Amino acid sequence: MRVAAALLLFSLCVLPMRAQTPAPLLSVPYTQFTLANGLTVILHRDTTVPVVSVNMWYHVGSANERPGRTGFAHLFEHLMFEGSKNVEEGQFDILLEAAGASNNGSTDLDRTNYFIDLPANALELALFLESDRMGYLLDTMSPARVDGQRDVVKNERRQSYENRPYGMASIEIDKMLWPPGHPYSWPTIGYMEDLTAASHEDVVNFFKTYYAPNNASLVIAGDIDITRTRALAEKWFGEIPRGPTVMPVAPPAAILTEVKRQTLTDQVRLPRLYLAWLTPRAYAPGAAALDVAASILSEGKNSRLYSRLVYETQIAQDVAAFQASGALGSSFQIIATARPGHTVAEIQKIIDEELEKLRRTPPEAREVQRVRNQIEAAFYRGMERVGGFGGKANQLNAYYFAGAGPDYFAEDLARYTSIAPDDVQAAVLRWLPTDRRVELIVEPEAQK
Amino acid sequence: MFLAAFSAPVWAQAPDRSRPPALAPTPQLDLPAIQKRALSNGLAVWLVESHEVPIVQVNMVLRAGAGDDPAGKFGAASLTAAMLDEGAGSRSALEIADAVEFLGAGLTTTSSFDSSAVRLNVPVERLRDALPLLADVTLRPTFPAMELERLRQERLTALLQARDDPASIAPMAFSRVVFGAMHRYGTGAVGTEGSIKALSIGDLTSFHAAHYQPANAVLVVVGDIKPDAVLPELEKQFGGWKASAAPARRTPVPAAPQVARGGIYIVDKPEAEQSQIRVGWVGVPRSTPDYFPLIVLNTILGGSFTSRLNQNLREEHGYAYGAGSSFDMRLSAGPFVAAAGVQTDKTAESVREFFNELTKISTEPIGADEMAKAKNYIALGFPAEFESSADLSRQLEELIVYQLPDDYYERYIANVQGVTADASQKMAKTHIQPSRFAVVVVGDRKVIEAGIRALNLGPVTVMSVEQALGL
Repeated sequence: MRVAAALLLFSLCVLPMRAQTPAPLLSVPYTQFTLANGLTVILHRDTTVPVVSVNMWYHVGSANERPGRTGFAHLFEHLMFEGSKNVEEGQFDILLEAAGASNNGSTDLDRTNYFIDLPANALELALFLESDRMGYLLDTMSPARVDGQRDVVKNERRQSYENRPYGMASIEIDKMLWPPGHPYSWPTIGYMEDLTAASHEDVVNFFKTYYAPNNASLVIAGDIDITRTRALAEKWFGEIPRGPTVMPVAPPAAILTEVKRQTLTDQVRLPRLYLAWLTPRAYAPGAAALDVAASILSEGKNSRLYSRLVYETQIAQDVAAFQASGALGSSFQIIATARPGHTVAEIQKIIDEELEKLRRTPPEAREVQRVRNQIEAAFYRGMERVGGFGGKANQLNAYYFAGAGPDYFAEDLARYTSIAPDDVQAAVLRWLPTDRRVELIVEPEAQK
Repeated sequence: MFLAAFSAPVWAQAPDRSRPPALAPTPQLDLPAIQKRALSNGLAVWLVESHEVPIVQVNMVLRAGAGDDPAGKFGAASLTAAMLDEGAGSRSALEIADAVEFLGAGLTTTSSFDSSAVRLNVPVERLRDALPLLADVTLRPTFPAMELERLRQERLTALLQARDDPASIAPMAFSRVVFGAMHRYGTGAVGTEGSIKALSIGDLTSFHAAHYQPANAVLVVVGDIKPDAVLPELEKQFGGWKASAAPARRTPVPAAPQVARGGIYIVDKPEAEQSQIRVGWVGVPRSTPDYFPLIVLNTILGGSFTSRLNQNLREEHGYAYGAGSSFDMRLSAGPFVAAAGVQTDKTAESVREFFNELTKISTEPIGADEMAKAKNYIALGFPAEFESSADLSRQLEELIVYQLPDDYYERYIANVQGVTADASQKMAKTHIQPSRFAVVVVGDRKVIEAGIRALNLGPVTVMSVEQALGL
């Protein structure tokens, strides 16, 4: 709440160079309540199309794992689709497809989310399925079920990491950025040997620790009647017992004190450079300015790195700058691939020149305004969709999870529209130093 | 509120978990009305009002794509579209990008086998400022030589990089095996290394002059607009667009000869942790009268999570993260393909399971439940395809490019629900004949070759990545 109040002040600032007509206020009205067992429920009505999204967040991610069992939160996510006491194996997806639903789940560092998007008439089916796996997953869990999804997840890892060009780089970067034992130092997909080691007993313990109603939040959004839906949430989820209180993760301090360098080889034809820094956790002061800095560096043809590396000198095939934000901390990364005949050293020299320019001089007002206008339009575009990973239902849950209150849309946008050129300069100066960062190069293997 | 108080309060009930809750009647989808107008030059304009969010989507859709590439100039349509915003009217590439971004707009230019499009998404309050950019980019591109060279190198480098990635190699190699190097569908829309190198400014200006014509285009406008207010703006920007020549007559890509006989092509990717498998042949065009039975059939076979292929390769055997199939229906018959990435040491087993399922789809009856599930998955999930302005505009593009009837979407759900198991299974016998299918496997030859040969599915050809891509 403290963060939200401070940001409201920013939104009152007079912004230069805005279009004359003020955009209408972003607002997603919601009803929030907590069941006796601790489950937070958030309802939002949007009747554009006769569709409902049921969006469940469990407040557990790979940061809650322990060394030796990395990848477990994600493996567990897979098991959530395999049936529960009153839903036979396979029936979860069969029943949903037969109702015209789409559904999925995802795991990241801090949380695991599940959505079911379906025609409004089938809402109760989604609540039955979602509550059955929250309340009764273990009743039919078996070692064979764990083995089955272990194989699938190992193939997910092969497909997305081992067998993908440059696929192992992100795993290596996290290992270099975060200190040993820090939960962001291991990959959410997990190490192969840890996936092999995961047992049925681990599943039981993990479920009992983390998959309780008091460690979850449920958003139901779309073509709903608020009163009736509130009653349905009570009906389906009310009987599930509360679990133990989950202790917050207490990570070791993460600081880089030097440049860490490494070179990997891969079956690729072109070398690629990765630079990475540790930056403030999501929503913390400085985070928004760094997001804006990332756009100024690599979003669009006029962005500083794209224009120099890809457009003018054409020594790079691509360049991307972005901040990967987490609840315990974030990383800022710049990734560029060399064109044939060029080296990562040439590219790194230009990246460092451009970063130095931003450290010495604030960006032009127009550059910042261009980014702010893009971000503002993206917020409005986000209002069009209710379900999926990118819709309003998921975002309501994301803001709730961040502690900001579900309808944080306008304040979140204000975090960006309030960024001035000086803020960008200050953030680059403070958070993106040349002498404390990770430098990883992926080089082509010698041809066989 | 009052009604809820009088009816039985649901929170008083204990949930009955003995069976899934009965579904209430399916909600009615009220499709938004398409308002069809025309500008003074005859340019068709299709408008749909959607006032949820102050955003508008404006798409200029051209009935010309890679299928219209001149002989020997594969990639002309694609590169023409990519060059549209690299200089237009009096603006340079950088000036266009700056103007678009400053408006908070998104402007993309794109081209597929069957169509090209310039798509603008912009806050409605800035539509008036953005329309001149859309008009310049579509009508008055300048094709600067320096930008062409830049895009040419970018595309050549992207093709080079694709050779690193089994998931990119497999579809390219499969298209080449099924359609051959000469047929347009044997090569991706961007063209080959050779054809990209040879394309000239003249090729692009000729393509633009021949195909970017008002008679060949429809302007789609979806979002927070009133037609009568926006039409004068459109007239101002696009009403003066005149036909510069007789529009090129559209001749469809010639139908490809069917794959003559099954064969397996192993594309060697040493040390690969997975094998990328593609199985199939020439499928059907978008105009097929069998469209609805085929999409239901494919949903059962490999078009959904619970489809037979995914259940088999992922859930039952754990060989893959996912498996599926699709009919890529274009103006002419595109490929039918079944696909998965599978762990290297289960490659032959996976190929065998592909063939088991591809055989069973026409030999084992489709159950009533399986049929109902597939039809409902398509029909009941249909409303979600109309949620955002961008979604809606893409649905309209489909009508335009494939010249579908006005009541196509109104009849869509009934057409899906009308498909019978018999009709779908009959389709399977015609369109899914695994004994004649081509198989492409991109993987580690030394590990997978012996097992694949032992399946005895037909002649085995081993190729390098370069050979598979015709380099």
